[in-house]
Amino acid sequence: MDTIIAFVKQPLVMEVLITLVKIGFIFGLTIGFFAPMLAWVERKQSAVMQDRVGANRAGVFGITVIGLLHSLADAIKLIFKEDFIPRGAERGLHTLAPALAVIPALVVFAVIPFGGQYTLWGHDVSLVIADLDVGILYVFAISSLATYGVVIAGWSSNNNWSLLGGLRASAQMFSYEVTMGLTIIGLIMYYQSLSLVDIVAKQENFWHWGIVWHFPAFVLFLACAVAENKRVPFDAPEAESELVAGYFTEYSGMKFVMFWTAEFIEMVSISGMCVALFFGGHHIPFLTQDFLLNALGDVFGPNWGGVIVMLIGIGVFITKLVILLVLQMTIRWTMPRFRYDQIMKLGWKMILPLSLCWIFLVGVGILTGVMPTP
Amino acid sequence: MNQYIPVLLMFAAGAGVAVAMLGLSELLGPKLKFREKMEPFECGESQMVSPKRRFSVRFYLVAMMFIIFDIEAVFLFPWAVVFQPLGLFGFAEMMIFIFILTVGLVYVWKKGALEWE
Repeated sequence: MDTIIAFVKQPLVMEVLITLVKIGFIFGLTIGFFAPMLAWVERKQSAVMQDRVGANRAGVFGITVIGLLHSLADAIKLIFKEDFIPRGAERGLHTLAPALAVIPALVVFAVIPFGGQYTLWGHDVSLVIADLDVGILYVFAISSLATYGVVIAGWSSNNNWSLLGGLRASAQMFSYEVTMGLTIIGLIMYYQSLSLVDIVAKQENFWHWGIVWHFPAFVLFLACAVAENKRVPFDAPEAESELVAGYFTEYSGMKFVMFWTAEFIEMVSISGMCVALFFGGHHIPFLTQDFLLNALGDVFGPNWGGVIVMLIGIGVFITKLVILLVLQMTIRWTMPRFRYDQIMKLGWKMILPLSLCWIFLVGVGILTGVMPTP
Repeated sequence: MNQYIPVLLMFAAGAGVAVAMLGLSELLGPKLKFREKMEPFECGESQMVSPKRRFSVRFYLVAMMFIIFDIEAVFLFPWAVVFQPLGLFGFAEMMIFIFILTVGLVYVWKKGALEWE
């Protein structure tokens, strides 16, 4: 027992353990909580918005809990489904594609801070898995890897619908990746950092939140991110009424679930990025973390006070996340699908020039002092 | 500890989740194979044309434009970080660079490479 404690107390082991706990928390939050919950919200919110009853059948002994058990029923059903690979498909790539879709979705969260920095019992705890100097570049690099999963899925299925879906997805994701990068250049000029932890730390004062000065960038960024995630109104790659199910037509069982969860997890990470860039991360407007630490530290002592401040920070982050998820869901159930040429036109002829204009305006604003920088 | 080790751990954990999900369906799903079932889905018809064929050149054009504009973005990221110390000089330099690329965009636009009708 003592040897185990001694082993755990080594600094490196301790750090690895803390990292594993944080990874477990993030996976629990994304794949364990938000993915099934969003599957439910997707049904229930569409039902409410379309004035239907909806999602109320699955139940245990007649208890349906407003349809919440549907996600559980789905999971059980899909785990026991046959894993189908059609004749003539590339078997290896067909199996690899869903993994390539789901891994980047999960891993993007590594640089998104879900809280601040705290000192608890002499340990410095930073609520982010990896504080990379190039955090934003990491997010773009990893989220562009998800394109491979989609394109390989479309190509390897030996199915015409899948191929068309994969092609549409590739061109669309390429186009919006460029514009997504350009939309937040203005924000980087403003905060002078690529590290998301730094950017969140600079938003402690409410008037330095990204949304205050960069609202146009937020709108453009959200449009690009939704397009990158291929959700309505940008869901031409998987348009049910044209392409059956697009690039995942030939997928069943858990492989289908993987594409599906990847989409929901990406929604969560888009919201996470927006919270970190535009909505001040874990900060509460007009309330600094030091103030909270002092106030709660007096009552509960510095360590337990720190723990409570940490939990408040995580709670605030998740609240903002949920608000943005509801916004994305509302967009999804409000808009009709764009035609493919409209999608490409919006990306190259509207958002790209507008984001370049925004870079120019931010530059002029900062140089002339109109836009006070943090 | 190197700041990239947590990223590696995260990749390992993500790969673990993916492998677990693939394994679950392999272990628990039924396996019933017969010839008609293994056909690729084509709305009830048997497959008329193979999907391994030529497709529109527009997708290739988009890929090329993606490379050009993504490199522009790559130049802009480090510039944006040091924008404030650089001041007016850096701003003017980058605006000239963006202007040249905008000329390229206008050219591509007028040539009709962005049309999808």
